[in-house]
Amino acid sequence: MIQADLNIIMPEIILSLFAIGALLGAVYTSKDKMGPMLVWATAGVFLALALWIGVNGQGTNPAFGGMFVDDAFSRFAKVAILLSSAAVLVMSQEYMQRKGLLRFEYPVLVALSVVGMMVMVSAGDLMTLYMGLELQSLALYVVASLRRDSARSTEAGLKYFVLGALSSGLLLYGASLTYGFAGTTLFSGIIQTATEGHTSIGLLFGLVFIIAGLAFKVSAVPFHMWTPDVYEGSPTPVTAFFATAPKIAAMALFARVLHDAFGSAVSDWSQIIALLSVVSMFLGAFAAIGQTNIKRLMAFSSIAHMGYALMGLAAGTVLGVQAMLVYMAIYVTMNIGTFAFILSMQKDGQAVTDIGSLNQYAKREPGKALAMLILLFSMAGVPPMVGFFGKFYVLRAAYDAGLAWLAIAGVIASVIGAYYYLRIVFYMYFGEVPDETLDKSHSPVLWGFLMASAAIMVLGLVNLFGIEGAAAAAAATLVN
Amino acid sequence: METLILFAPLVGALIGGFGWRLTGERAAMWITTGLLFVACAFSWIVFLTHDGVTEKIQLLRWIESGSLSTDWAIRMDRLTAIMLIVITTVSALVHLYSFGYMADDPQWKEGESYKPRFFAYLSFFTFAMLMLVTSDNLVQMFFGWEGVGVASYLLIGFYYRKPTANAAAIKAFVVNRVGDFGFALGIFGLYYLTDSVKFDDIFAAAPALAETTVHFLWADWNAANLIAVLLFIGAMGKSAQLFLHTWLPDAMEGPTPVSALIHAATMVTAGVFLVCRMSPLMEYAPEATAFITILGATTAFVAATIGLVQNDIKRVIAYSTMSQLGYMFVAAGVGAYSVAMFHLFTHAFFKAMLFLGAGSVIHAMHHEQDMRNYGGLRKKIPYTFAAMLIGTLAITGVGIPLTGWIGFAGFASKDAVIESAFAADPMGYAFWMLVIAALFTSFYSWRLMFLTFFGKPRGDKHTHEHAHESPMVMLVPLGVLAVGSIFAGAIWYSSFFGKTNEIASFFGVPYAEASEHGEAKDDHGEAKDDHAAPKDDKKKKTSYAFTGKPGEGAIYTGKDNHVIHDAHYVPTWVKLSPFIAMVIGFLMAMCFYIWDPKMPKRTMEHNRPLYNFLLNKWYFDELYDAIFVKPASMIGRFFWKRGDGDVIDGTLNGVAMGIVPFFTRLAGRAQSGYIFTYAFAMVIGILVLVTWMTFSGGAQ
Amino acid sequence: MSVAVFTFYLFAICTITGGLFTVISRNPVHSVLWLILAFLSSAGLFVLLGAEFVAMLLIIVYVGAVAVLFLFVVMMLDIDFAELKAEMAKYMPLALLIGLVLLMQFTMAFGVWEASDKAAGLRDAVTPTDAHNTEALGLLLYDKYFLIFQLSGLILLVAMIGAIVLTLRHRTDVKRQDVMAQMHRDPAKAMELKDVKPGQGL
Repeated sequence: MIQADLNIIMPEIILSLFAIGALLGAVYTSKDKMGPMLVWATAGVFLALALWIGVNGQGTNPAFGGMFVDDAFSRFAKVAILLSSAAVLVMSQEYMQRKGLLRFEYPVLVALSVVGMMVMVSAGDLMTLYMGLELQSLALYVVASLRRDSARSTEAGLKYFVLGALSSGLLLYGASLTYGFAGTTLFSGIIQTATEGHTSIGLLFGLVFIIAGLAFKVSAVPFHMWTPDVYEGSPTPVTAFFATAPKIAAMALFARVLHDAFGSAVSDWSQIIALLSVVSMFLGAFAAIGQTNIKRLMAFSSIAHMGYALMGLAAGTVLGVQAMLVYMAIYVTMNIGTFAFILSMQKDGQAVTDIGSLNQYAKREPGKALAMLILLFSMAGVPPMVGFFGKFYVLRAAYDAGLAWLAIAGVIASVIGAYYYLRIVFYMYFGEVPDETLDKSHSPVLWGFLMASAAIMVLGLVNLFGIEGAAAAAAATLVN
Repeated sequence: METLILFAPLVGALIGGFGWRLTGERAAMWITTGLLFVACAFSWIVFLTHDGVTEKIQLLRWIESGSLSTDWAIRMDRLTAIMLIVITTVSALVHLYSFGYMADDPQWKEGESYKPRFFAYLSFFTFAMLMLVTSDNLVQMFFGWEGVGVASYLLIGFYYRKPTANAAAIKAFVVNRVGDFGFALGIFGLYYLTDSVKFDDIFAAAPALAETTVHFLWADWNAANLIAVLLFIGAMGKSAQLFLHTWLPDAMEGPTPVSALIHAATMVTAGVFLVCRMSPLMEYAPEATAFITILGATTAFVAATIGLVQNDIKRVIAYSTMSQLGYMFVAAGVGAYSVAMFHLFTHAFFKAMLFLGAGSVIHAMHHEQDMRNYGGLRKKIPYTFAAMLIGTLAITGVGIPLTGWIGFAGFASKDAVIESAFAADPMGYAFWMLVIAALFTSFYSWRLMFLTFFGKPRGDKHTHEHAHESPMVMLVPLGVLAVGSIFAGAIWYSSFFGKTNEIASFFGVPYAEASEHGEAKDDHGEAKDDHAAPKDDKKKKTSYAFTGKPGEGAIYTGKDNHVIHDAHYVPTWVKLSPFIAMVIGFLMAMCFYIWDPKMPKRTMEHNRPLYNFLLNKWYFDELYDAIFVKPASMIGRFFWKRGDGDVIDGTLNGVAMGIVPFFTRLAGRAQSGYIFTYAFAMVIGILVLVTWMTFSGGAQ
Repeated sequence: MSVAVFTFYLFAICTITGGLFTVISRNPVHSVLWLILAFLSSAGLFVLLGAEFVAMLLIIVYVGAVAVLFLFVVMMLDIDFAELKAEMAKYMPLALLIGLVLLMQFTMAFGVWEASDKAAGLRDAVTPTDAHNTEALGLLLYDKYFLIFQLSGLILLVAMIGAIVLTLRHRTDVKRQDVMAQMHRDPAKAMELKDVKPGQGL
C-alpha cells in the first residue's frame, strides 16, 4: 500500500531529496560558490524528471486514498512546469551571478517551489491542494525578495507575502465552507455529494472563495494587484519564473478543482470564471498601454493572457480544458523567449527595463529584433504565429460552449492589447534615435532561448509540435 | 496547337509590357504582332481542319473546393473555332495597323514610350478574349470575361491625359459591373442548382432545370428562365444592349484600332457568344429568349435612330455596332444560333474595316473626328475610300436579292437574321424593328460616306490640303478585311444558314432524317436542297432535323425549334424587304446629302424636338445621371463624410484617443502601491462574486 | 441549557470579542492581548469538542510562543499605529458597507444552510471515543495524512531557508575572531621599533 503510494509520488520525492541534499551539500562545502553548479544540476534534474514523467507515466493512479492523483492531466502540467522551470533557471544563472544574487539557496528554493507546484497539479484533496499551494508560494515569497538590499525587491516580497496570506485565508475559508457542506475534503467526495440534488448555496460560497484564492495565484483581476509590483521589484530572472511555471501550476490546479471537485456545478462557476476572464483581458490590455517599464508591461500582459486561459476554462468543456492547456503551453514558451530578451537588455552592466531604450534596436541587432518581433506578434495574436492559434483555440472553445459574448470580448481585448505589443515593435524598428543605446549582449544561452522560442512561434504552426494531442488526452482524463 | 494559340498573345503581352526595355521598343512591337500572326495562322488551320467534334484539352486543375471543381481547359468546338479566327484575325490586323496609327501620337511628348504598352494591352486583351471563348466552364469564362473588361478599361483610358478618356473608361467599367453582377448571379445560380460550373454538366442538366422552380428575390421562378435572363444581363453589359449600352459610344475615346478590335469585332460580341454557347439552356427558357429577342430588336432600332444624327464619325459606327449586335441577339433569341454566329462572323470583318477605315480618315485629317468638317475626301485618300465603300456595301447588305448568298458579307447574314425573325414570329415586333433598322442603317451608313468623301471640303482648309493617304501598314489590314467583307458571307453561307444537315455537320451536332418531325406535314415539310432556288421546293428531298442531347455539338437546337428551316420558306416579299429598305435608305441619303445639301438643315428645323431627342441619344445618359449617378454619389458622399469620416473615424479616434487612455489612466491610478488598496480590491472582488452567486446561483 | 451549551456560547462569544478587539483596539499591545484571549477561548472550544491535545497545543504553541513573540515584535517595532489608523478611518464607511453586505449574504447563506446527506457518512477523522487524542492524532498524521504531514515539513523547511536567506549576512567589514590567526601570530612581526630622531620626523 504505502510502497505503491510512494512509487506514484516518486518524482516529487526525488526532487525533494535532491533539494535537501543540495542544501546540505552546499552548506557544508563551498556555499555560494556552488551556486552556478547547483543551478545547472537543478535544471538537469528538472529535465530528467520531465523526461521520466513524460515517457514513463501511464494511466490514472491515485495515491494516499485519492489525496494525490497522477493522471495524464497532471503529467502534462508537470512536464510543462519542469521544462519551463529548467529553462528559466538556466537563463537566470548568468544574470544572478552578475548581480551577486546567485546564492546556493536560489536553486534549492526553486526546486522546492517546483515540488509544491507538482503537488498542486496532482492534488486530489483540498488539504493537498493547500499544502502544495503554500509550499510553492512560500518559496516564491522568498525568491521575490532575494535582492534583499533593494527596497523594491523587499517590498515586492512583502506585498506578495501579505496579499498571498490574505488569499490563502480566502481559500481556506472556502475550503472550510465546502467541508461544512460535503463533510470531506476529497475532491471525489465533494463531487459525489454535490451531484445528487441541487447545489447548495453553502457549496457555492465555498466555491467562490476557493476561486478567489486561486484567482490570486493566476493573477486574475481583481486579485491581480500584486502582479505589477512584484514583477517589477523582483530580480528579472525571478520575474521570468513567476510568469511561467507557477502560472501553469495555478491554472492546472484551477482546472482540477473546478472539474474534479465542482464538476457538477459547471453552470455556476462558468459564469464566475467568464467574469474574471473578461475583466482580466480588458484590464491587462488597458493597463499595459500606460507602462514604460517592460517588466510591468509583461505583468499586465500576463494578466491579459491569464484572462484568455480562463476563457478556455470558462467553457467548462473538454475542448475548453484542452484549449487552456495549449494556450498555457504557448504562453509559457513565448514568455521564456521574451524574458530571455529582457534579461539581455543591459547598459554598462546595469539591467535596463525602460522600453524607450529599445528605440532603433533593429538597426543594431537585426536578428534579435526580428526574433522579438515574432514573439511580440505571437503574443498579440497575429495570425501566422503560434500565439494566434492559442487564442483561436480558447475563442473557439468559448464559442462552442455558448459563450459567444465572451469570445467577442476576447477579440476586442486582443485588438486593444495588440497596441502595446506593436508599440515595442514600433520602437525597435521606427523609433527615434535614442540618446544612449543598449550594450550588445554576448550570452549564448539567452540568445539561444530567444531564437528557439521565436522559431517555435513560427514553425509551430505546422502542428503545434503535436501538443494538441497531448492536451486533448490530458483534458479528457480531467473532464468526464 | 490550341494551347499555342491561347498563350502566344500572353507571351506577347508580357514581352510588350515588361520585356521591352530589354528588347527595345520596335522589337517588342514586332514580336507581339508576329506572335499574333502566328496565332492567327494556327487559328485558320484549326478552323479549316476542324471536324465539328467537340474535344477538350485540359491545361491544369485550377480550383478544387468541396464539390466545386474547375479546370483550366480548352473546349474546342465549332463555336470556339469561329471565335478563334475572328479574334486572332482582327487582332493580328489591328496590331499591324497600329504600327501606322500609333506612330506618332500628339498625346505623348517626345521620348515618352507608349507603344509597347499599347501593344501589350492589345495582346493581353486578345489573350483574355481567347480565354473567354475557349473555356469549358463558367468560371474560366468569367475570368476571360473580366480580363477583357480590364483590357477594355485600360485601352479606353489609354489616353490617360484626357479627362474624357478616363471618364469613359470608368463608365465602361462600372456599367459592365452591372452586367457582370447578373452574370455572376447566373453562375452562382447554376452552381447552386446543378452543383457544377462545367458546361457539360450544365447542359446535361438543362432539361431538368426547365422543370425546376427556384425562389429568388420576391417570387418563384422557372430555373431555366431565371438563369438564362441572369446570364443575358451579363451579355447585355458586355454587348451594349439597351439600358446597359451607354458605355459603348463613350468608349470611342480610346484609340481607333482599339475601337475596331474591342468595341466592334470581338469583345462586344462576347454576349452573343455567351448566348450561343448556352444554347442548350436557352432552348429550355422560352420566356428568356423572347425577352432577348425583344430587347435585341429594340436595341437595333434605337441604336439605328441615334446613328442617324450623330456627327462624330466614330460614334456613328459605334451606334451601328450596337444596332448590329441587336440583330445578332434577335437571331439568337429566336433560336437561330448559327445565324447569330454568322452575323457575328461577317460583322467582325466589315465593322472592323469600317473602324479601321474611319481611323484612316481620322489619321488623314489630323485627328479631326467631326464629319461636318470632312467632305470631298475621296480624291485625297482613294484607298481608304474604296475600303469604306466596301464596308458600307457590306453593312447595308448589298447583294442580288432572292439569291440569298450572292452579295457582300452583310447581305447574306443580315437577311438571314431578318428571315429568321420573320420565321419565328411572322409580322412580329422583331421583324419590323429589324427592317426599319435596316433602312436606317442604310441611311446613316451612306450619310457617313457622303459627308466624308463627297461634296465640298468643309472645315479647316489647311487640314484638308494636308490630308494624305495612310501608310502601307494601315492599308494592308484594310485590304485583307475588305476581302473578308466581300466574300465571308458567300463562302460560309451554307455552313451557317444552309440546310439543316449542313449546319449540323458544320457545328458537329447530330442529326437525323426528319421522319418523326412535325414539320413534315407542313407545306414546306420537305426541305430544299438549294435554298438559293426556293422555286424548287416541290422537289422531294430528304429532310433533316437536329437531334442529340443538350451539350452534344457546339450548339443545341430544341426538338420544336425549326426556325432556320422555316426561315428559308418565308414569303418572297419578306426576303425582299431588307433589300428594299436598303435601297430606300440609300436614296434618302442621296437625296439629303448629294442632291439637296440644304435638306438636312430644313428637316432638322422642322423636327427640332425629335432631332434633339436623337442627338442626345434618347436622353439615356441624362436619365441615368439623374436616377443612378447623382443619388449614388450623394449617398457615397454622405457615407464618406458622415459615415466614414464622422462615425467610423470619429468612433475609432474617440475610442483610441479618449476611452482607452481613460481606462489606462484609471488602471494606473488603481495601482497605488499600497497593500491595503490591493487587499481592498480583493475584498471588493470577493463581494462582487459572492453577490453574483447569491443572485444567480443561490436563487435556485 | 446544559453546562456544555453554556460553556460553548461563553467561549464562542469570547473568541469573537477577542477577534474583534484585536482588529479595532488602538494600542497594538492591547491587540496582541486580545488575540491571546481569542486563542484561549478557541482552546476552550477544542476541549468542548473532546480534542484536548489540540487545545493544549493551541495554548502552548500559540499562546505560549507565537503570541508572546508577537508581543515582543510589536513592542520593539516603532510603528506609528495612529497614522495607520487614520488612513484606515478614511475607508471605514466603505469598509463597513462592504462588511455589512457580506454579513447579510452570509446570514442568508447560513439561514438556508444544509449539509449534504452524505456529509455525515463521509466525515473523516471524527474524534475517536476509544483511543487517546494523542494516539488518534498520531495515527492520522503518520498514516492517513502522511503525505500532508511531510509536505508541512517541507513548508517549514522553506520557511527556515527563507528566514536565513533573507536575514543572514556575512559582513566583510565586521572584525571577527580568527583563532588560527591568533595562534599563529608571530610576536616578532607584531611590532616594529623605529628609532625616530628628535626634530627630524619620519
